[in-house]
Amino acid sequence: MQNYDLVIIGGGPAGLAAAVAARNAGIENLLILERDRELGGILNQCIHNGFGLHTFREELTGPEYAGRFIEQVQTLGIPYKLNTMVLDLAADKTITAMSREDGLFRLQPKAVILAMGCRERPRGALNIPGYRPAGIYTAGTAQRLVNMEGFLPGRKVVILGSGDIGLIMARRMTLEGAQVQVVAELMPYSGGLKRNIVQCLDDFGIPLKLSHTVVDIQGRERVEGITLARVENGKPVPGTEEHYDCDTLLLSCGLIPENELSRAAGVAISPVTNGPTVNESLETSIPGVFAAGNVLHVHDLVDYVSEEAAAAGRHAAALIRTGQQVSGRTLPIRCRDGVRYTVPTSIRPEALDPDGTVTLRFRVDGVYRDKRIVVLAGSQPIFSRKRPVLAPGEMETVQLKSRLILDCPDVGELTVKLEDA
Amino acid sequence: MIYDTIIIGGGVSGTAVARELSRYTGKLCVVERCEDVCCGTSKANSAIVHAGFDAKPGSLMAKLNVAGSKTMAALSRELDFPYRQIGSLVLCWDEAQRPQLEHLYRQGLENGVEGLEILSGDQVRAMEPHVTQNCVAALWAPSAGIVCPFGMTFALAENAARNGAEFRFDTTVTGLARADGLWQVQTDRGILQARTVVNAAGVYAARLHNLVSSHPLHITPRKGEYCLLDKQAGSHVSHTIFQLPGKLGKGVLVTPTVHGNLLLGPTATDIEDFEGVNTTAQGLEAVLRTAALSVDNLPTRQIITSFAGLRAHEDGHEFVLGEVSDAPGFFDCAGIESPGLSSAPAIGILLAEQVAAKLGLSRRADFVPTRKGIVNPAALSFKARQALVRDNPAYGQIICRCESVTEGEILDAIRRTPGARSLDGVKRRTRAGMGRCQGGFCAPRVLELLSRELGVPMDQLTKAGGGSRLIAGTNKDSV
Repeated sequence: MQNYDLVIIGGGPAGLAAAVAARNAGIENLLILERDRELGGILNQCIHNGFGLHTFREELTGPEYAGRFIEQVQTLGIPYKLNTMVLDLAADKTITAMSREDGLFRLQPKAVILAMGCRERPRGALNIPGYRPAGIYTAGTAQRLVNMEGFLPGRKVVILGSGDIGLIMARRMTLEGAQVQVVAELMPYSGGLKRNIVQCLDDFGIPLKLSHTVVDIQGRERVEGITLARVENGKPVPGTEEHYDCDTLLLSCGLIPENELSRAAGVAISPVTNGPTVNESLETSIPGVFAAGNVLHVHDLVDYVSEEAAAAGRHAAALIRTGQQVSGRTLPIRCRDGVRYTVPTSIRPEALDPDGTVTLRFRVDGVYRDKRIVVLAGSQPIFSRKRPVLAPGEMETVQLKSRLILDCPDVGELTVKLEDA
Repeated sequence: MIYDTIIIGGGVSGTAVARELSRYTGKLCVVERCEDVCCGTSKANSAIVHAGFDAKPGSLMAKLNVAGSKTMAALSRELDFPYRQIGSLVLCWDEAQRPQLEHLYRQGLENGVEGLEILSGDQVRAMEPHVTQNCVAALWAPSAGIVCPFGMTFALAENAARNGAEFRFDTTVTGLARADGLWQVQTDRGILQARTVVNAAGVYAARLHNLVSSHPLHITPRKGEYCLLDKQAGSHVSHTIFQLPGKLGKGVLVTPTVHGNLLLGPTATDIEDFEGVNTTAQGLEAVLRTAALSVDNLPTRQIITSFAGLRAHEDGHEFVLGEVSDAPGFFDCAGIESPGLSSAPAIGILLAEQVAAKLGLSRRADFVPTRKGIVNPAALSFKARQALVRDNPAYGQIICRCESVTEGEILDAIRRTPGARSLDGVKRRTRAGMGRCQGGFCAPRVLELLSRELGVPMDQLTKAGGGSRLIAGTNKDSV
């Protein structure tokens, strides 16, 4: 068995940023395992621009953004294995992996960073009735076919779900010559970023029908049409059905963190995010196993994935260097009044850099206007920020000075909530 | 070319007959309208090997179910397909229904089912903690099992092909006539001639029968809708859980599958459309509502797919097997609804004996009774799997992440006879695309392999034959 200090599972944006940060924090003996043919993960198929505004202060395409990190990995000489699938992660951090070149092998690192990303929710999970013909794709699969393989999955398209990939693909399919008729969204609000609705739908005259869903799929061999209906209280309203002729249905109905390996290892998973519960160091319930990026919770912007993963890389490096777990108490973070979840889910005051900050990321459970984000230590407000609009499609970030928490030595928990402004 | 026997239909019954008939001398051909075997009723059912207490004593259904169920374990070893004897429970929720349960018990004894026992509600919940509190008793049948219906059909087909049976796919029978003492099987690809015909055409079997006989048969497609749950939910129950049967069948069951998923269904709705395999909102809702009567806390958020299949329900609810009285040499294998899958091995033997006797065929000395399935690397030890990858690196390349299916398995699936020619053909043979992401990641990779192996351009490849093309063209070709 080969020994590494750190093995990073996944060579997408999270894995790359974590590797670079860990190496810069002094970890020499590390390895990235990537299941696909190249580093970069899902960014390789995201050929639209808009990446990196935050990190690099310029607008990059997905492959360009990935390229910046791949370059750093190569410059730093960080080793990686491609076409390598991790088959199992054990509770003692033994990794079983396999590739054509290396065969089946095991590794036992001191620390692991989970960076496997997420997958799309398929048609079956939505339980859409109808036939099961060819021509039903998740938006990401269609994106791979169009952007990486040059194939058009269909010519007359309906998109269900207004997640960002669906919005991006509405524009992309239009530019490639397909006719995108409508984007339907089950919820009364879009799951995607406002800028994508403007740039990908409005600019191309593609209608967005909120509170609508697909209630039937027609076509025995290839999709021939679908039926949309208006939704009230989660149920389609009879009499509101509208038929659309189409040969393709793209689904952009949510992303699910890929935590099969984490579950196999016994990592505790949050039922809200479907990602591991982590502390301030992005460490999961198994000491020495960290998580970052979309495997932890689904992000909107890759910039924040990189930022989060770099933090995970630094925390993993610190653990490897000291070889010691932080002792002391753990403050759980409660969510209330519109806040669905937070990452991290707990904070160990002893692990905080007294002069630094701790980043809380979270999402809200509906569209809210004129609210304040409030963080309480016990019952005492330690942070408050006004937000004119909050929506589930946009992740919120709070940078909390460590000092504010350390100054409340007697509290047992933190709370994040919304209040009327 | 004159065949001794043409079998119309490559479902589990047709391939079981083909496999048993390939024990004999005689030229054999299976004609299938789809691009692969196992494309009709055989691909969408409960995947249960019934113990055999449901059918009326003395019926063919009773006899062949019990016989088929008793041979299933040996057959699964001989032909290397997934089967597990896990036992079944028929739940009774009401003391008033107890006589029905006892009736099933006595019927089972009469049919020759072994090991039957009536358990109390508490005994049931000790075996199955999620069974609902209102269960007062249950019929326990330890001989019941679960099987992979795809795996079983592919195994039968491959073994038949290995022993000389020919397969013609994408070939629809359009007419049947007698001429020159032979059956003229008219198809959309020309006429085939045979001395005998076996009609194993599923829901279409009555139509074919009525072309050759003045004693009409009537088959109604009876739709059953199902929900399949993620492997994470697969251990929610560990036996097949039935409800007391109603007028249209055995009710909704909750069962683990041989691959570790959880299956809920079916509904039972008589329909007119012979191709009506669409699911419906009412049907799926009924599956979930009715399954919840048997089992608490069903993790329905973990549904990964839903599907519908059509049972070939004959008016008399009985298998119609054997030579048609006014059509010499034409054998029906019709009305094969539940327990058709369980009975298939026995149906194959019965019809093969009849056809061989009619033709005066003798047993072949060189019949090969065994077949090896596609290797499942995940079932191997670490060392054995290491050796497999060393010998053939294609087994080191994962294509389907969710089910951990390797390139080696997919290439094997394509290179077999009959082999996979479509995305669904690969899926049913290897499980690539059958997992929680339902092919989102692996479909483009599987298409590449199919294209390379079959020499078919990407835009000609299909999901399941016919017009089910997956790729419409190349970028900007319609701009």
